Amino acid sequence: MAGASMKDIKLRIRSVESTMQITKAMQLVATSKLRRAKERMESSKPFGVLARKAIAAAVARCQDHNVPFLTPREVKRRCYVIIAGERGLAGGYNSNIFKAVAAHCQSMEYCVLPIGRKAIDKYQHMGVELLDDSQYRVESANVGACFRMANRLVEGYNSQQFDEVWLVYTDFHTMMDQQVAVERMLPIERATLPEDATPVATVYEEEPAETLRQVVPDYLAGKLYSAVCDSFASEVAMRRNAMDSATKNADAMISDLRLRYNRARQGAITQEITEIVAGAEE
Amino acid sequence: MATFHLQIVTPDRLVFDGQVERVVARTVGGDVCILARHIDYAAPLGIGEAHIVDENGKEHTAACSGGMLSVDNGEAILMATTFEWAEEIDLARAQRAQQEAEEKLRSLQRDEREYTMAAAKLKRALARIGAAE
Repeated sequence: MAGASMKDIKLRIRSVESTMQITKAMQLVATSKLRRAKERMESSKPFGVLARKAIAAAVARCQDHNVPFLTPREVKRRCYVIIAGERGLAGGYNSNIFKAVAAHCQSMEYCVLPIGRKAIDKYQHMGVELLDDSQYRVESANVGACFRMANRLVEGYNSQQFDEVWLVYTDFHTMMDQQVAVERMLPIERATLPEDATPVATVYEEEPAETLRQVVPDYLAGKLYSAVCDSFASEVAMRRNAMDSATKNADAMISDLRLRYNRARQGAITQEITEIVAGAEE
Repeated sequence: MATFHLQIVTPDRLVFDGQVERVVARTVGGDVCILARHIDYAAPLGIGEAHIVDENGKEHTAACSGGMLSVDNGEAILMATTFEWAEEIDLARAQRAQQEAEEKLRSLQRDEREYTMAAAKLKRALARIGAAE
C-alpha cells in the first residue's frame, strides 16, 4: 500500500472495522452458546459410559456366539453417520470431518446418514446415497430424533442394507482442542473379561440375544445423542476460537493501517509546507 | 437394611447415583425388585412405574420406559429411555397425551405401524399418570 492516498487508507480502515464488528458479534454469540452446549454435553456423558458397562457385563458371560449386533460379518457396504455443522466460519470444523471420512472409507462402498446442513449438502452434492430423507439438524437433534435414527440404523443393519455402522463426530477435549473421532457403532466391540474375573452365572429375564435386540437400539440412540452434543460443543468452540483470532487479526490490521494513514497525512502536510515555503522564497 | 450402589441414567442426564435399599422396575416380564447382594442380572425394561427406597428408607416413585436393568458384581445400573421422578411429571400434559393416544387408537387399524406407536404413547402416558398420582 506504499504511496496509497489517505482516502484509500481511510476506506480500507472502515471496511476492516465493519468486518471486525461482525467477527466480534459472532464470537460473542458463540461464547454465550458455548456454556449451554457444554452443559448439555456434560450431562449426556454418563449414559454412554454406563450403558457400555451394563451391556458389556450382560454379554461378556454369555456363551452364545451368535448374538446379534456382536458378530462381525463380511463387509460389503458401510454406513457412516456423519455429524457436521449448520454453518461455516468455524475454522476447520466441517472440512476436518469430511477429510476424515474420505480417508477412512477409501474405496469401500458406503451410504451416509448426515446430521447438520453442511453434511447433508456435501453428500447430496457428491451423489452419495443418503439413508434417510429427514434432514436432521444439529441443534434440534434431541433424544427423540436420536431414537428415530438409531431405529433406522438397526433396521438397515438387520436387513443387510449395510454391514457396519461408523460414527464420525468431533470429540470435545478442551476449549482449545477438538478432534475428529471415527468410531464403530455396529457391530459392537465385544468387551473382553479381565483375566481374574470369577465365572458367575448371570440371570437373564430374557434370552441374552433377545435382551440385546431390545437394548442395543437404546444404547445406539444414547451414543448418537452424546456424539451430537459433543459435536455441537466442538463446533461452537471452534467458531469462537476462529472468530477470536479473526477479531485479533482485524485489530492488528487496523492499527497498522492507522499508522500508515498518519504517516501519509504527515507526509502530505510536510509536502504542503515545503511547497508554501518554496513559494515564499521566490 | 443392607444397601447397594445404584446408578440411573438416561441419554440426557445422570438421574441418580447413590446407595439404595431397593429398586423396583417394570421389565418386559413384569415388575422386578432388586435388593442388595443380588446375583448378576440383566433384563430389558418395559414401560411402567419404578421406585427406589433410598438409604434413609424413603421411597421415591418415578415413571420409567425402555432400556435395561442390570446388576454386575453387586452394582446396579438402570439405563432408561425416559425416567422422571413423580414430582417432575407434568400431570396435565400426560393426561392430554393419554387422550390423544386413545383417540388415535380408535381411528387406526391394529396392524398399522402407527398403532403400535400410539399404543406405546398411551402406555407411557398411563405410567406417568400412575407415578404422579
